[in-house]
Amino acid sequence: MSHDAPPRRRGYLYFPGCSLKATGVAYEESLQELFRLLEISLEELEDWNCCGATAYMSIDEGAAFLLSARNLSLARRTGFRDLLAPCSACYLALKKTQDYVQRHPTVREEITGSLRRAGLEELDSIRVRHPLEVLYHDVGLERLRERVVRRWRGGPLACYYGCQAVRPYDEVDVPYNPTRMDELLEAVGVPTVDFALKTKCCGGSLTGTIHEVGLRLNYILLKEAARKGAEAIVTICPLCQFNLDAYQAEIRRSAREPVDLPILYFTQVLGWALGGEFKALGLHRAISGGPFLKRWFTARAEVETYV
Amino acid sequence: MLELIRRKMKFQREADPNWAVELGKRPGCERIFACIQCGTCSGTCPLSIYMDFTPRKIIALVREGFRNDALSSQTIWLCASCYSCAVHCPQNVRITEVMYVLKREAIKHHLYPKRFPIPVLAQEFYEMVRRRGRNSEFWLVLRMALKTSPLSLLRLARPGWELIRTGRLSLRRERVRRGFELERELASTREVI
Repeated sequence: MSHDAPPRRRGYLYFPGCSLKATGVAYEESLQELFRLLEISLEELEDWNCCGATAYMSIDEGAAFLLSARNLSLARRTGFRDLLAPCSACYLALKKTQDYVQRHPTVREEITGSLRRAGLEELDSIRVRHPLEVLYHDVGLERLRERVVRRWRGGPLACYYGCQAVRPYDEVDVPYNPTRMDELLEAVGVPTVDFALKTKCCGGSLTGTIHEVGLRLNYILLKEAARKGAEAIVTICPLCQFNLDAYQAEIRRSAREPVDLPILYFTQVLGWALGGEFKALGLHRAISGGPFLKRWFTARAEVETYV
Repeated sequence: MLELIRRKMKFQREADPNWAVELGKRPGCERIFACIQCGTCSGTCPLSIYMDFTPRKIIALVREGFRNDALSSQTIWLCASCYSCAVHCPQNVRITEVMYVLKREAIKHHLYPKRFPIPVLAQEFYEMVRRRGRNSEFWLVLRMALKTSPLSLLRLARPGWELIRTGRLSLRRERVRRGFELERELASTREVI
């Protein structure tokens, strides 16, 4: 086991997690396309394992921390300084592990002992980051604004932040009233509505367990976004996107509410403004508003010819 | 899913104050005795209206030592870990973490409500990741539906078809390549199951 730091590398290491390889594949596609447009390198963490999400933490705390510890220690070997976790559950699992290891000596002892036995390194020094905050801080509004090639002609969108990316840790944004996604979208010329439910929970896996309760939570979000005049909801988490998108038809039927909103990833909207192609951004994978989404997008954008 | 109304009065002889004191030493539970019962947690919780005890009541039960009531409640499983209570609590009680500690205690002592799908999902997820290192969404949902209510598969037909149509349903059974080191790590802490 070596404690020497490997040579520092530029760009970002990226931890996709299970959702971005399956139901959330459009998030992965649009994130990669956006970073390509911004000319920032993004490399996937090799042989990553599941973050454990909320389920692992409910069964065995030590094992849950070890799952994240393995990812963090694999990440440390690569020489990257930042580990990007686009999924809110992954982000929190990694972040919480670092926090508990630092804050609770009993957890630290257990984790470092196990890591050593498995031939892995310590998990210090690697920074866990969410793409929202990376785009806001490292790329910056100005650099995004300069690269816009499509002008948005549609109506405003509702920015939905959800729960675990902005809570309980406050590095992604202010936990009570996050605004950075709104600022990013407005920087590329997309107006946003004042969405009061932007941090209200979508229920996570409840749609799969206590179905009616899960649907109800998502119904409230859809209804409020529509009431505020939003033309679509923009998310930063694959589970929020999945719940609002895949169950929208059922919500429409059971609540007798004519909501029909495309549910997008913020990376898709930013990538679109920066000239990304429809398919490259995974926009063809949307379910709600899906068949019409291409026309919907085309009608809302005016391609500018200047360079 | 709501259960029968329970007796509301608690008797002190049913409580185990020592359990509360022990619990208060666990990481995340340090502040339970600082709770002022203001109810901000219950007010901000998106799921409190579906709970048998609101989060405020759970904290009250826990610190008096009403172990069985707290551990067999649906509340701890309905908690979706959105951390709204934790960031709004004026006394910095980490309520979400307390819920996690209670979930683990309930699993350990088999006190979770039977046939309630949430702990079943958690355990299926745990088993899958422990064995393969990764979670495969499709297989997880299938296993859980078969274990709790096979009829719910009918309901999943339409969203399932939509996911296939948009290329979002992966049938691959994911796994990590270097599984052995993960297995070894986990083996050294497996104390609960």
